This record gives sequence, structure tokens and C-alpha cells, in this order.
Amino acid sequence: MDTTTAAPDTVTTVPDATTAVRAPVPYWIYPLAAAGAIFVLLPLAGMAARVNWQEFPQLVTSEASLAALGLSLRTATASTALCIVLGIPMALVLARSSFPGQQVLRSLVLLPLVLPPVVGGLALLYTFGRRGLLGGTFEAFGLEIAFSTTAVVLAQTFVALPFLVLSLEGALRTAGTRYEAAAATLGAGPSRVLRTVTLPLVLPGLVSGAVLSFARCLGEFGATLTFAGSLQGVTRTLPLEIYLQRETDADAAVALSLVLVVVAVVVVTLVHRRSGLPLAAGIR
Amino acid sequence: MAHSAPPRSATKRTARRRLLAVLLGGVLLATTACSAGGQGPQQASGSGSPGSGELNVFAAASLNGVLTDLAAEFEDDHPGVTVRLNFAGSSDLATQILSGAPADVFASANPENMDKVTAPGLAAGDPVTFATNELQIVVPDGNPHGITSLADLADQRIKTVICAPQVPCGAATQKVSQEAGVEIPAVSEESSVTDVLGKVVSGEADAGLVYVTDVKNAQGQVEGIDFAEAGAAVNDYPIARLAESTNPDAAEAFVALVTGPDGRKALADYGFGTP
Repeated sequence: MDTTTAAPDTVTTVPDATTAVRAPVPYWIYPLAAAGAIFVLLPLAGMAARVNWQEFPQLVTSEASLAALGLSLRTATASTALCIVLGIPMALVLARSSFPGQQVLRSLVLLPLVLPPVVGGLALLYTFGRRGLLGGTFEAFGLEIAFSTTAVVLAQTFVALPFLVLSLEGALRTAGTRYEAAAATLGAGPSRVLRTVTLPLVLPGLVSGAVLSFARCLGEFGATLTFAGSLQGVTRTLPLEIYLQRETDADAAVALSLVLVVVAVVVVTLVHRRSGLPLAAGIR
Repeated sequence: MAHSAPPRSATKRTARRRLLAVLLGGVLLATTACSAGGQGPQQASGSGSPGSGELNVFAAASLNGVLTDLAAEFEDDHPGVTVRLNFAGSSDLATQILSGAPADVFASANPENMDKVTAPGLAAGDPVTFATNELQIVVPDGNPHGITSLADLADQRIKTVICAPQVPCGAATQKVSQEAGVEIPAVSEESSVTDVLGKVVSGEADAGLVYVTDVKNAQGQVEGIDFAEAGAAVNDYPIARLAESTNPDAAEAFVALVTGPDGRKALADYGFGTP
């Protein structure tokens, strides 16, 4: 660590992206970073310390636990797919075109990031619920969203979509339009440019956005509770199961919390490793 | 860590280190202050004089309305006493009391959670049952499906929401449906009675099973329907003064108010039964 302090204090040249020079980190950053890491990791350790390891296998393999875990994985996957389908066009429009009111639209689209999930759930309820804005329309088509797994997917997509849009928009802006322009001058149509140039270029950003969305879906609680209800195998995802178990069986709640943490960590690190890029990174 | 720092910027470094020390010290101070705050009131607050100081009342969330009224009445009768009400689920409150939260009075929505507090000897004397509550069928205003009995809820076309068996209102639901011999095909099993009520108020559900007092609180938006088997699961509300209370006289006076004639009247106004 001390060898790095030899660098003069007055470094003003910013290394450009092509030269892989690592700028030294000021020494006082380390204790603060450590404090931050401890702040995040200590509660996890605290939870792990409370796990009843003897009964752990039994607690996490109960019928209710497995049903909740399976439902969580299924709905989070479906929601992430929906986020990708809707999020790519949104990010493209926000990053590649300009129109009046774009800034306002961007803030509105990112609103679910800052809304308390319960508020998101209420908003969905008043839109897709039986007495909501669109409730009558859906009912006319024989579609009942209330208390169905569809409601869970809607709630998760609502809260997770901004993560994908934000990551991808950042990647698109960083990537710039040089290659797209080149492809266009060579005669490629917009759709072909999108498919063969733009998307491959921003793939790491898309992947990290999708992972963040998936993780957010897995953890979704408030909107699901408010909007979808709670029934084993249908709407009771892992966070809802944990919340319910906490009432009677603290050991089961802690064990399931640990499962949720492990699943989230595994998913994030797997994809992170495969893409070889830090999360939320755009293009290098 | 920075023992080999070049002398050139020594003063700057010392200043930075001092800043860091102050920051870290601040964090430490804040954490110790927090942990001290958790236990503080037990030893502190030397005001032993009756009818003064603070009174911390931990009460089940369903008592929100009635105890807020009674606390105001208590403060009027005992100038100098400030009643602090902490409303939450009874099991959460019992957990808080067991981990040393400063409470003078505990009013639980069921005997089980009171037992958690009395078992290790944290209550002063025996708890007293001061109110009862029972289930009612709740339907949207106007009762569009014409529901009149628990048996009507067995119809699959009626979307009924109930409490999960793990929570007290769900246990009561199980009892009454067993008594009636009715299997309710619920579309959702919520973890709190307010969530059940919310689903009926919002019109998502056609019917739900909640407590009489919940229906009373949502008057105008929903209707309550009495059913014959409700008596099979009457919920007793016990109240107790806590042994570690720093204001035992005020605590005793408060319990007396809640269990006395004024308390009974207020409880009845909110839909509670009184023993």
C-alpha cells in the first residue's frame, strides 16, 4: 500500500481509457471502504449466526419453503424476460433519440426506483385491479389478474424495469454511435444495425442490467403483498413466506432468508463471471 | 499504516488522520449511544413520584383507536404524565419487551403472546382480560354476492381472503370453519388482518374474515356479517403492568382505567366485547 504513496500529490493527467494505468487510491479511502463493507456484511453474519444448523435442511426443504422458492425463481425469470423485452426499446428511445419532454419521461420511468414498494403495489392495484383503470378491460377478455401468479410477475416487472433501463441506457451512451453510423453508411438498415452492431456492443450492459433486475425481482415484497396476495404455490414468493414464517417460527424465517441470500449471490456472481465485467458497467 | 509517509506532506497527513479519527470516533460514539439508549430508561429516570413522568404502553395494533382515546383521557386526569403508545403486532411487541424495550404496560391481542412475557417473570402480577373480539364476515358495501353465512364462502366463485393459519386471526379462522364444517377455498392467505381487510376494501376480494373491530373501523366502505360459529373462536385481550416499569403507579392507574367503566365503554364503542 505504501509504495503507491510515492506518486506526487499533484497528478492532474487523467489516464485515457485505452491505457490500463491504475490510478492510486488515496490511503484514507481504505478504512472507509472497510467500514462500508463491514456495515453490509455484519448483518449477514448476524443472520448466519442465528441459523439453527441442525434443523436447517429440514426447515428449507419443507413443502411450503420449496413451493415458495420455486415460485420465486419462476416469477423472477418471467419478470426479467419481460423487463428485457420492454426495457431494451425504452433504453434505446431514451439514449438514441431526443424529443421534447424526454427528461421528464426519463424521471417518470425511473420512478419505481424511488417509490416505496407498497406504493407501487397500490398503483398497480388501482390500474390492474378489478376496480382499477384497466380492470374492466381485462375482465371483459376473461383475464383475472387479482390473486394470480400474473399479478406477481407484474409487480416484479414494475419494480425491476428501471434497473435494466438505467444500465442499458448508460451502456448505450458510453458506446456512442460511431459504429452504428459506419454500419449505416455501409448500407445496413436500422433493424440490422440494432441486431448486428448495437446490441452486441452493449451486451455486457444488458446482462448486468438483467442480473440487477432478476435480483430485484427475487427480493420483491411490498408490491406483491399489496397487489397479488399470498397463497402457497400461486402468489407466496420466498420473501412473503419469510414474512409469514417469522410470525411463528423464527428459525424457519432465518433459514429461508439465508437461502434467499445464497440464491441471489450465486446468480449475481455466476453471470458476473461469465460476462467478465463489473455490474452496472457499460462498454470499456 | 502510513508510517513511511514522506515528510513533504506530513502536516497534511496528520490533519487527514485527525479528521479520520474524528469520523471514526463519531461513529463509535453514535453506536454506543444507541445501545445505551436501549437499556437506559431502566436505570435512569429517577422520577418516582406518582402521576408524573412518561408511561410507555405497548399495545396490539387492533387497540390503536380505543387506547389513543383512553390515553388522552388518562393524560387529562393525570397532568404531568405523558403516555407514549407503541402499537404493533402482539408477537413483535412481546419480542421487543423480551429484548429489554422500556415498557410499563403491555396489552396483547391474545394470551399466547402475553404468556411469552409472563413466563420469564417480566409482568407484575397476573394479566387481566379486559376485552374480547370475534370474527365477522366482511364484504364490500352493499353485499353484492348476498352472503349470509360462513357456508356461503365455500363457493369457489366467491373470492374469499383469509388470514394464514400461522397468525392469530388465521388460527381463529381455522377454528370457526372447523366448527361450521366448511372448507373455505381462499384465494389468498394474508399475514395480517389489515391485509385481508384491505383486499375487501379495494374490491379485489368478494369476502374476507376479519375481526368485528376491523369492520367497525372501515365503516362505510365494507359491511360486516355476523355468523353463528363466530363464538367458537373468541379472542381474549390480556393487559398487564410490567415488573421493570419505571413508573409503576402510573402503570397501575392506566390498567385500572382500561379495565374500569370508562375503559369498558370506550372498548364497546370500538366494537370490542368486554368480559
